[in-house]
Amino acid sequence: MHAFEYAAPASVADAAAALANEDAKVLAGGQTLLPTMKQRLAAPSVLVDLRKIDGLSGISREGDALVIGAMTRHADVAASKVVQDAIPGLAALAALIGDPAVRHRGTIGGSLANNDPAADYPAAALALGATIVTNKREIAAGDFFKGLFETALEDGEIITKVKFPLPEKSAYEKFRNPASRYAMVGVFVAKTKAGVRVAVTGAGSSGVFRHAAMEAALAGNFSPAAIAGVKTDASGLLSDLHGDADYRAHLVGVMARRAVEAAA
Amino acid sequence: MVQVAMTVNGKAVSANVDSRTLLVQFLRENLRLTGTHVGCDTSQCGACVVHVDGKAIKSCTTLAVACEGASVTTIEGLAHGTKLHPMQQAFQDNHGLQCGFCTPGMIMTAVDLVNRKGNALDEATIRHELEGNICRCTGYHNIVKSIAQGAREMATQPQAAE
Amino acid sequence: MSATGLGASVKRKEDIRFITGKGRYVDDINRPGQAHAYFLRSPHAHATIDKIDASAALASPGVAAVFTGQDIADDKLGGLICGWMIHSKDGSPMKAGAHPVLAQGKVRYVGDHVAVVIADTLSQARDAAEKIVVDYGVLPAVADPAKAVGGPNIHDAAPDNTVYNWHLGDKAATDAAFASAAHVTKLDLVNNRLIPNPMEPRAAVGDYDSGTDTITLYTTSQNPHVARLVLSAFIGLAPEHKFRVIAPDVGGGFGSKIFIYAEETVCAWAARKIDRPVKWTSDRTEAFLSDAHGRDHVTHAEVALDAAGKVTGLRVHTIANMGAYLSTFASSVPTYLYATLLSGQYNIPAIYAEVDAVYTTTAPVDAYRGAGRPEASFVVERLIEMAARETGRDPAEFRRQNFITQFPHQTPVIMAYDIGNFAGALDKALEHADYKGLPARKAASAAKGKLRGAGFSAFIEACGIAPSAAVGSLGAGVGLWESAEVRVNPIGTVEILTGSHSHGQSHETTFAQLVSERLGISIDNVSIVHGDTDKVQMGMGTYGSRSGAVGMSAISKALDKIEAKAKKVAGHVLEAAESDIEFKDGKFTVKGTDKAIDFASVALQAYVAHKFNGQELEPGLKESAFWDPTNFTFPAGVHICEVEIDPDTGIVTVERYTAVDDFGKLINPMVVHGQVHGGIAQGIGQALMEGAKYDEDGQLVTASYMDYTMPRADSLPSFTVDTIETACPSNPLGIKGCGEAGAIASPPAVINAITDALGHEDIAMPATPVAVWRAAQKRPRLAAE
Ligand SMILES: Cc1cc2nc3c(=O)[nH]c(=O)nc-3n(C[C@H](O)[C@H](O)[C@H](O)COP(=O)(O)OP(=O)(O)OC[C@H]3O[C@@H](n4cnc5c(N)ncnc54)[C@H](O)[C@@H]3O)c2cc1C
Ligand code: FES
Ligand code: FES
Repeated sequence: MHAFEYAAPASVADAAAALANEDAKVLAGGQTLLPTMKQRLAAPSVLVDLRKIDGLSGISREGDALVIGAMTRHADVAASKVVQDAIPGLAALAALIGDPAVRHRGTIGGSLANNDPAADYPAAALALGATIVTNKREIAAGDFFKGLFETALEDGEIITKVKFPLPEKSAYEKFRNPASRYAMVGVFVAKTKAGVRVAVTGAGSSGVFRHAAMEAALAGNFSPAAIAGVKTDASGLLSDLHGDADYRAHLVGVMARRAVEAAA
Repeated sequence: MVQVAMTVNGKAVSANVDSRTLLVQFLRENLRLTGTHVGCDTSQCGACVVHVDGKAIKSCTTLAVACEGASVTTIEGLAHGTKLHPMQQAFQDNHGLQCGFCTPGMIMTAVDLVNRKGNALDEATIRHELEGNICRCTGYHNIVKSIAQGAREMATQPQAAE
Repeated sequence: MSATGLGASVKRKEDIRFITGKGRYVDDINRPGQAHAYFLRSPHAHATIDKIDASAALASPGVAAVFTGQDIADDKLGGLICGWMIHSKDGSPMKAGAHPVLAQGKVRYVGDHVAVVIADTLSQARDAAEKIVVDYGVLPAVADPAKAVGGPNIHDAAPDNTVYNWHLGDKAATDAAFASAAHVTKLDLVNNRLIPNPMEPRAAVGDYDSGTDTITLYTTSQNPHVARLVLSAFIGLAPEHKFRVIAPDVGGGFGSKIFIYAEETVCAWAARKIDRPVKWTSDRTEAFLSDAHGRDHVTHAEVALDAAGKVTGLRVHTIANMGAYLSTFASSVPTYLYATLLSGQYNIPAIYAEVDAVYTTTAPVDAYRGAGRPEASFVVERLIEMAARETGRDPAEFRRQNFITQFPHQTPVIMAYDIGNFAGALDKALEHADYKGLPARKAASAAKGKLRGAGFSAFIEACGIAPSAAVGSLGAGVGLWESAEVRVNPIGTVEILTGSHSHGQSHETTFAQLVSERLGISIDNVSIVHGDTDKVQMGMGTYGSRSGAVGMSAISKALDKIEAKAKKVAGHVLEAAESDIEFKDGKFTVKGTDKAIDFASVALQAYVAHKFNGQELEPGLKESAFWDPTNFTFPAGVHICEVEIDPDTGIVTVERYTAVDDFGKLINPMVVHGQVHGGIAQGIGQALMEGAKYDEDGQLVTASYMDYTMPRADSLPSFTVDTIETACPSNPLGIKGCGEAGAIASPPAVINAITDALGHEDIAMPATPVAVWRAAQKRPRLAAE
């Protein structure tokens, strides 16, 4: 790791001020940022730790939405009765991230801000039509994810919470990369008042994406059979040691069917 | 250099450290608590698992300064004098270790697992919960047995709060 | 059997320190004033080093020194050696390129050692290393052993990248067997390259005492004495009496910590150079890049059968990847540890094997758990299974028909099997695995849309390595005996000094069990001393499942001497003739009387020595012995694996795994089972998930746990492990060794199960989900085909 200055401000405003430093970076759970820094692939000059800021973590139901603070740990989302009741697929997803120790520190805000193409939360945010709330504005999930590790966040912008509208049904199925256990293909399906949404993570060469053909097929008939014949175009998908694009395309179908079955 | 103070195995400790010091380095190098190990640099092997405020975390992926004010328990803090923690005893009883390198992390993970999921653990649960701990020696067979026994025995033997 | 004697599942004595966090591994050791080493490694697979400018690094904060290959050459330090000479078919010696400690003029794999920076802290060393400017002239890479010949030349000494073209067996007889065969089964296979991955990364601390001009090296070694011998006699670091090597607790080795590497050499050398302790601890990425890898064979193999289903011949051609340099024992692995086991458990009259060893621009390849024998058993057990299927025979009965049943049995490939009961293991395995119930379980899986299959592996290995004369005649640079010293203290407690080294094998317990059994004392009164060249005079270390068969035999021999001497002492004390003294259960008695004295009292008398008269009886009770085995030992067994495949995803679940092994006599069944579990897990890892991959440019793609799949708890089942026993005739304890069996047996069992489920043979290791999914799309082999 390269040397850096460490700050743990007590308010979002102070954090934003600290982030004005060149090459300053937010530190949340550190489960992505610290490994990257250890490998010297990132070298921020200042780390702004959000852990002392009150009000950034917590889970609540606000009307038709589930609101999760940015610093809420994966383990807390997975174990939360509120989440399990409101959006069981989301609680189940959180329980599949990394391992127990990673889940004790990793945060939803960090995961979304990082937008790893193999991360799990982006699929839920996109399928559920979540709103990402920052210290500056609210961003619809559909506008938030901008490709590999890219988001709509501006320099120094801090995610404070995430709002998930409650779906009628939802489920997440994950095919884990055998080595890293990140998603090689993860499919989140949600049946909401606004329609059916299917979001795919792990597979896309520019990150999480919605599967229009499946959404259309499921709109009229929310059952695994409805998407049995829906093909996934392999051309925009990732290929690596653990699976080429054709395999991933096939797995999208398998995971989607299993998710619909679990949700239905 | 940053001043950091925390409680480790019940003792108040403090030191001036470089801000890039990881918790595992602080434990091993500043406090000479070398039971916590480092087995990888991608946060996957779990050799470094300790408890921070009662929860299992990877000390290789946590800054020491971020543990300011926290209560940390390491493998060295688990036994009461010469009386082993039931999970430690279970690892010996079931030959749950060979070279011993993964063992501290395994035991700390196992205790956390029991704290979260209770004392009656089936094999599938134990295996799933060990996702973040790699052992190259045992094939996990006896680790799984050890944890099942340790979990049962934690119900009957009182442990100190962390 | 006593509670702590031979055959008892005694809980391990060493556990207490490990479960309380008090183990002491090399990285736990710090010497006053120590500096930290960071190795600058080659980012290229193959390149000339045209210039190194380290001036900025030298000026960097905290830096004590920067050294390159030139400094090593200036100090006239020798290169790293390969200690086993192999001759090619034409009689010429193997062609070994130089293996400098730090690269000289050229780098040959990604991770090769370009320079070392030594600084007050590791961060400073690493910061400084980033400032070293190296001009590389990049050359083409070749990672695939099948493409090595004709590829870019890696060492001037080895034209066409060929180290040797070696062969074993009778070609003419084998060709004749094939010419008259009723059926020939053919197989092309790749034995996938593995990265050993002991959980403790390698580490070294060099410490120099200028007062005595002595170097102490703490290192993660399976064989500290061999390390000292090589570093001293061949590399020329320091004479042995001025050089102490300590291997304290070591966190697993699996072969990869046998070898003498650049890093520990540099730490020891640099400590003297800068007169300051120098420490290096590998990080996992470095381990992936620079620990010796294992396996990596490309093989074509054929087996010939007569019309009755008798195996009549076997022939094999293998290209073995040696990597960029010949590691310490690399040359022996694909030759005498491989082709000599190609007879398996079968009576095969004619065998012929050819092995071409090649250089590639990859990390050196050397022994990894099983070393050569897993590769052999994979060839044999895949061929046998396929031959049974192709000729419509039951794989179990086909094996039984061809088993060797008469012992001793001389195979056509050097080995003389001393004893075994192959059918006994098969019968027990069939029962444990409920083989009879397989068709019903297959049907149940099919009903769920899943594919189920079972596969066998009837493996044999040669271990208890090894008779010195035999290995000497085959090219080994050392003898492979073992040493032991038994020191009895005046109060009757015992220290055993052994040249074996435990890095997970449980010697502190099992060796103590032997002493307890023999001397009738508590295991708590025995301590095992190992891993320190200042304490133990000489030893060959632990690998090749040799610690029991060879190491304990040496202890047994020394205990014989202790007993003889103690009888003399007892005779003196009891005023009886030595020949009238009997020793049993820790007590010396005079035949036919009630006169007795216990072991501890004899020990005391041996040191008090008041009653000894001068020259006739020396005081003291301490004996040593060297044990040189007369034969290899031949652990064997039958493993049966049962898998279920999800054809939608390609995920293979190991549903049942049964192992019935013959390890001869068991010292501690609990420990033996543990060794088998670990071996099976590594073998399942090889079969289903592990595989090192280099890309076209020679970059290691699988350089971390993000890409290299390790077996985890949820990828394995619990195993059913049992044993049968035919006592080994070639050592006093009747033991054969169990450390490698699981890793040798399991890969073919798993692949045979998968191919049974798929209905065709077209799957390579590792059988990853994507590979199995693809294979499941293929049309199954029809019965008539
Ligand atoms: C072994 C291991 C396995 C894992 N497996 C999975 C997996 O299976 N699936 C998965 O999805 N993830 C996985 N992860 C990643 C994990 O979920 C991380 O926790 C997550 O990606 C990042 O969250 P964090 O809180 O740790 O963020 P950090 O690492 O602290 O930060 C990540 C990035 O986000 C930025 N950031 C953090 N919080 C905010 C905020 N509130 N506002 C703005 N920017 C912010 C940081 O500046 C940084 O750039 C794994 C991690 C590890 C170590
Ligand atoms: S050292 Fe922390 S997970 Fe490997
Ligand atoms: S006991 Fe050696 S790694 Fe687990």
